[in-house]
Amino acid sequence: MTQPAQDFILETRNLTKAFKGFTAVDDVNLNIQRGHIHALIGPNGAGKTTVFNLLTKFLQPTSGKILFQGEDITPLKPAAIARKGVIRSFQISAVFPHLSVLENVRIALQRKEGNSFHFWRSEKILNRLNHKALALLESVGLESFANTVTVDLSYGRKRALEIATTLAVEPELMLLDEPTQGMGHEDVGLVSDLIKKVSKDRTILMVEHNLHVVSKLADRITVLQRGAILTEGDYASVSADARVREAYMGTAADDVDTKQTAEVAS
Amino acid sequence: MNNMKLNLCLLALALLAPTLLYPVFLAKVLCFALFACAFNLLLGFAGLLSFGHAAFLGTGGYVTGYLMIHSGLTPEVAILLGTIAGGLLGAIFGKLAVKREGIYFAMVTLALAQLIFFFYLQAPFTNGEDGLQGVPRGALFGLIDLSDNMVMYYFVLVIFIAGYWLINRTIHSPFGQVLKAIRENEDRATSLGYDVNHYKWLAFVISAALAALAGSTKTLVFELASLTDVHWHMSGEVILMTLVGGVGTIFGPVLGAGFIVTMQNYLSGGEMGNYIHIIMGAVFVICVLSFRSGIVGQLMKFKRNNF
Repeated sequence: MTQPAQDFILETRNLTKAFKGFTAVDDVNLNIQRGHIHALIGPNGAGKTTVFNLLTKFLQPTSGKILFQGEDITPLKPAAIARKGVIRSFQISAVFPHLSVLENVRIALQRKEGNSFHFWRSEKILNRLNHKALALLESVGLESFANTVTVDLSYGRKRALEIATTLAVEPELMLLDEPTQGMGHEDVGLVSDLIKKVSKDRTILMVEHNLHVVSKLADRITVLQRGAILTEGDYASVSADARVREAYMGTAADDVDTKQTAEVAS
Repeated sequence: MNNMKLNLCLLALALLAPTLLYPVFLAKVLCFALFACAFNLLLGFAGLLSFGHAAFLGTGGYVTGYLMIHSGLTPEVAILLGTIAGGLLGAIFGKLAVKREGIYFAMVTLALAQLIFFFYLQAPFTNGEDGLQGVPRGALFGLIDLSDNMVMYYFVLVIFIAGYWLINRTIHSPFGQVLKAIRENEDRATSLGYDVNHYKWLAFVISAALAALAGSTKTLVFELASLTDVHWHMSGEVILMTLVGGVGTIFGPVLGAGFIVTMQNYLSGGEMGNYIHIIMGAVFVICVLSFRSGIVGQLMKFKRNNF
């Protein structure tokens, strides 16, 4: 009956975040299974991004616990959580705009080299990471842009770069905050394929609005509503849930299919 | 290696300059250039606007001045100790300031620097308003007498080059890479596992120590350590020098310092002396309004567009 604890890479226990007079995240118990792509969905303002900020400690939970691989990481600072292997992305693409594409990835590789405080050494010693950085860029199809200044990349490519950078730190758990938000049709396909590809041997928790992407990628879905978990399950069971349809779409069941088709087509 | 050629030309210029211009004036330019470069390391490459850098310049000056008058140490040791004192003060300031961002960071540094100003105003060893006068230059390593202005100038040039090299190296080091990443996107740097405050702190300490090195050297040049160097005007002036020269460019602050110091020197002698602050203010406004990237930034843009 009880599953072994190590099956879950990340768990939250009664995670709660209250801002002044407003509970953004209310008593959330998440269990993210290792190896899964786990999607967090819900209407605007459901608290999805707040959950992300809590998990990575960009926000301090009001109460509750966060367990990573069975270890309580609630008191850790954001950078320390990242060093444990929980790496997040942001809603707006998180790149270093005025560094080259290669340098972006190299920054992530550099940390484990242990020379990041060495201000007296030449940056040329970082060139030994170029090979690895290029390989990572290749895995997301950006190798020909290695020397481009990042600010000149298209939005979709910036997101791809962001994923390459995240992969560079060899994360155990990737947290992707709306990876396809604001993207054109083509880029959505590109990025969701990429996520599928990098999800091998990894666990991914993602916030995503595009239900088509969710249906294609997610092994498990948690639906948040007003900061609390409404339901959890695979796509078939979640999408069949009348409460989800009502909460997420704000409409009766009949409308959903047309809406969803519209979203897929867009 | 165009850059190499340019650097050699500049070096030749610096070596020959004192045959044409007054060496004490040139030494002053170099001291302020180093000060501005140290400040620019923080603003241009870590994105941190300190409004309290006068505290480090002044501390270097007072420590070195006091030691030269009272201890009988050789100048290079006195300068080293002045630099270390500035670095230590920077370590404390930095610890408190890096926890805040943007305008709050600037306000914390300003408040701390004001604290230091009033301390030096009241402390008996600084002679308050009079300052430390008649600081002996001593003999370098006990061998080379620095009382000759020409010799002093070349000593300052060596210090400047060493400081400039260190700043350059810091910018182009593994540490400098992380610093730039933090400037570009602090949250992302954090999410990649970097404790950004530690990096900002180290940048602050390096910058403070080099500012103190500039102050220590300046005290020897003028044989004087005074409250002017710890006054908040000085913190503002170094911002002006950096902006006019080109923030975030390596050579910009040197040009900016040269420009401002020269202007001050010529204006304060003539009948325009009373208007000096108005003129400097106007320069600042023009700079911010019409060439925000400063002299060097503008030149680089021109080069990009035309060659």
